[in-house]
Amino acid sequence: MIDRSEVLHIAKLARLSISDEEVDVLAAELSGILDHVEMISKLDLAGVEPSAHSVAQTGWLRPDVPHESLSREKALDQAPATNGEGFEVPPPGSGS
Amino acid sequence: MIELEPVIGLEIHVQLATRTKMFCGCEPVFGEDPNTRTCPVCLGLPGALPVINERAVDFGLRLGLALGCELADRSIFHRKNYFYADLPKGYQISQFDEPLCSGGFLDGVRIHRVHLEEDAAKLVHSSASGRIQGADSSVVDFNRGGTPLAEIVTEPDIGSAAQAREWLSLLRTTVKSLGISDVSMEEGSLRCDANISLRPVGETTLGTKTELKNMNSFRFVEKGIEAEIERQRELIQSGGTVVQETLHFDPRSGSLTALRSKEEAHDYRYFPEPDLLPVAVGPEMIKAAQDSLPELPAARASRYEDDFGLTAELAQRLAFNGDLGDLFEATAAIRGAGSDAKLVATWVNGEVSSRVEEGSDQTVEPEALAELLGLLEDDKITTAAARGILDTVIEQGGSPAALVESQGLEKVGGGDELSAAVDAAIASDPEAAAKVAAGEQKALGPLVGLVMKATQGRADGGEVRALIISKLAGS
Amino acid sequence: MSTDITKLSVTETVAAVAAGDISKANLHATWLDRARLDDLNALSWVADRVKLGGEDGPLGGVPLGVKDLFCTEGVPSQSGSKILEGYLPPYTATVVEALTEAGAPLIAKTHQDEFAMGSSNENCAFGPVLNPWDRGRVPGGSSGGSAAAVAAGLVPWALGTDTGGSIRQPAALCGVVGLKPTYGSVSRYGMIAFASSLDQAGPITRTVADAGLLYSQMTGKDPRDATSVEHPDSVEPVVPMDLTGVRLGVPEELTGEGVEPGVREAFEATLDLARSLGATVAPCPLPHAPHALSAYYLIAPAECSSNLARLDGVRFGLRVDPDEGLDGMYGATRAAGFGREVRRRIMLGTYALSSGYYDAYYGRAQRVRTLISQDFDTAFEDFDAIVTPTSPSVAFELGSKTADPLSMYLSDFCTVPMSLAGIPAISIPNGLSDGLPVGFQIAGPAFSENRILGIAAALEDGLKFDGSPAWIA
Ligand SMILES: [Zn+2]
Repeated sequence: MIDRSEVLHIAKLARLSISDEEVDVLAAELSGILDHVEMISKLDLAGVEPSAHSVAQTGWLRPDVPHESLSREKALDQAPATNGEGFEVPPPGSGS
Repeated sequence: MIELEPVIGLEIHVQLATRTKMFCGCEPVFGEDPNTRTCPVCLGLPGALPVINERAVDFGLRLGLALGCELADRSIFHRKNYFYADLPKGYQISQFDEPLCSGGFLDGVRIHRVHLEEDAAKLVHSSASGRIQGADSSVVDFNRGGTPLAEIVTEPDIGSAAQAREWLSLLRTTVKSLGISDVSMEEGSLRCDANISLRPVGETTLGTKTELKNMNSFRFVEKGIEAEIERQRELIQSGGTVVQETLHFDPRSGSLTALRSKEEAHDYRYFPEPDLLPVAVGPEMIKAAQDSLPELPAARASRYEDDFGLTAELAQRLAFNGDLGDLFEATAAIRGAGSDAKLVATWVNGEVSSRVEEGSDQTVEPEALAELLGLLEDDKITTAAARGILDTVIEQGGSPAALVESQGLEKVGGGDELSAAVDAAIASDPEAAAKVAAGEQKALGPLVGLVMKATQGRADGGEVRALIISKLAGS
Repeated sequence: MSTDITKLSVTETVAAVAAGDISKANLHATWLDRARLDDLNALSWVADRVKLGGEDGPLGGVPLGVKDLFCTEGVPSQSGSKILEGYLPPYTATVVEALTEAGAPLIAKTHQDEFAMGSSNENCAFGPVLNPWDRGRVPGGSSGGSAAAVAAGLVPWALGTDTGGSIRQPAALCGVVGLKPTYGSVSRYGMIAFASSLDQAGPITRTVADAGLLYSQMTGKDPRDATSVEHPDSVEPVVPMDLTGVRLGVPEELTGEGVEPGVREAFEATLDLARSLGATVAPCPLPHAPHALSAYYLIAPAECSSNLARLDGVRFGLRVDPDEGLDGMYGATRAAGFGREVRRRIMLGTYALSSGYYDAYYGRAQRVRTLISQDFDTAFEDFDAIVTPTSPSVAFELGSKTADPLSMYLSDFCTVPMSLAGIPAISIPNGLSDGLPVGFQIAGPAFSENRILGIAAALEDGLKFDGSPAWIA
């Protein structure tokens, strides 16, 4: 079961503003889903290695060779707010 | 009152001097126009994927080998999830429970681990005060974002601020000798955080620690740690308790301010980076890293003892501070075999190191130092004059011989000039002269001082004393 | 030529182009006309004209529909989300680039569930896609736009992506072919991620041969995707396999309870067909398959909670700034930009990874994944392929499952195990149940695409499915 305070904590971690009604709805929905997935807690998993991937188990590396970077115009093109040189963001310190 | 001892561990971030970033082919260049070194990967655009830079792994392995670490044969990257404006993806790709290198040892300090990660971007706060709190808006420049970092974490084996500084200097030398980083604290390619706690002498359990962030010079590392040790000492001895927090040291005011309080403790939700497969560190990679290892500081120190006959302490002082070691070796080489290497070593360790901040460009060239010491050894100038010339050369450059010539700094010896200066001194302080004549050695000081002043330090102190005594004895 | 070229399979069209019977200009104009007939909300964008390029490639210039979530330079790539509404990426996904180069230029983008989360296309921020067989029903999801567009003849073929069934299930519900390839055999670079360790692009086509043809030009190691690998085999033009002696395994765990009677009947009938073609059919245990859905609904949300963190209103996309600082902007932007299902999964995934719960949820799910892979490894010692219904049900009515996320999740019951194991699986049309298409799924070991395509083609020949009722006139 997930309670209201947990929902609020997770929403804060995930940076999702949620309304008061949504807190209760999410608490109920998430609890329902977790009840269902809870069935894996009954499995005996002693000695079973976790798999982060399915097919290939180790990877390859990239040679340290440069590619062409984006032009600044292209980099900033889709940004909601810029000063022409960089991406503008609200001040990190203020607010809640 | 209980006696308290500091327990210090360091976390050092070293920016690796690969050509391209950790996970994309952008070339970070220091001081480039903002946002001209980015791509979908390092901007964290939807759909872009990271690919590990081979050379960054190689550099990490070299570092691990130099620090005597165990190299993992399989290493995993994790995502460290948190939101901040300088972090484009909402997570940093770092390493967690399977770092590239673990364990290790450097000059009495155990290394906990060395891992690879990507650097954050640069957040520029545009407000008059320059402080985050009062900023109207901030602008992000992603040029630096994604640059490879090696994070070195030590065990809490350091016992004082001075030791922390010295050890950091040795680490810098080691990293520099590996050729894997510029290790410039000024430019941010070497960054140091410290974990500091105090405990009663004799205790083995650790006290509550605080984290001191981003001290950007060797001097500030020492001063910051010193200040935090004192703060904790006063707090404990006045009956208070240390709170776990992150602190920022302001070198101008010497004050410490808390950065984050602990109730905002992060939950980074580490999990294996699904966009990357585990790195298999094969024997070829380890061999390549091994083959590239240069002479490490400890080996260098023992070579100084063997080849130059330096004392163990002096050899280590030079070898563990690479800039000094380099200057020593280059100067000794210019002066050639048969010259007095100990004189060079003493000067580099004493006169030069007290004048030059570690890592600074404002230093003396080996050619100039060799010339200066040649003049000194040939008795052309006095030690006092040599010190003055060193000051000038560090500040303005130039040739010591030319300086001696143009400013007339040549040693005054034996001749009429010195004799006249001694006569003038005796004449101007008859009282002291009388005392010396009466055998009162202490009274020599003021007379010698007068002569030195008159000759601008170009006279030899011993010679002056002898001359005064002989003149007064004869009177 | 008097033939309606849109009625040809792509494989036939490519041959006709090569023979000089069809001009590329005619081909493109005809298909542009078809794409403009969309009244299913299947397409999110249609080209003004099809750009030429890669003319001499093996795909003959036959234009391609591409799921919204593939980045296409200068063309809206929104992943079905309001937070990316109108987003124009500065680059094109590797696989789209490769297909253009091989002679399958972009003609349209297709609607999908937001960030590929959904089994009905009702989670699309730009409205649901309708099923061409019955406009009151869903086309499946998340590649519902691609499946509906191919089924309705709006595009000759299309790209989808599959994370837990997102190619196979809509292909089944729309009566077309959908192949989810081996994980890693197709580059993910430029695919707006849902769950990185599961996402895989694949073809949605009208025939098995077309699926093989498109896939043959999609595979390969991409220097920009570290999880991509070179396919050990070259992907051959599809020929129906002689099924004599071919061993088909039927896992009870995925074919019993929960499968609708009409779907089960169609499945049994096709097993009989396979037997009649010489195949042996036998039960094949996948003991941990019943746990696959639980593991999937922990792993996929966990990865998505992290993958979607980059949607933060800074570099692209929507920004809502209530003037409450950086965190206020993040929270408001993400609350306004993400739909309900996406928010729900971000919450679920964040929870599954959070301190104190990682081992119980994410950690355990990764271990279950290991067991499921091992089940398949064991099964493929005795069987050449594993067969199941693709979806336990036919297309359901719009709105019938939106209130209950769990019932929606159960639609992925038969497809999720293969996703967790990273193995290839194909869904082919398997007749109708009450006038609605049913899907038949064939799964094989990693990199066995040639094999499962061959089996699929043999069954396709026998089934003689008629998709024309879905065709927009
Ligand atoms: Zn880049």
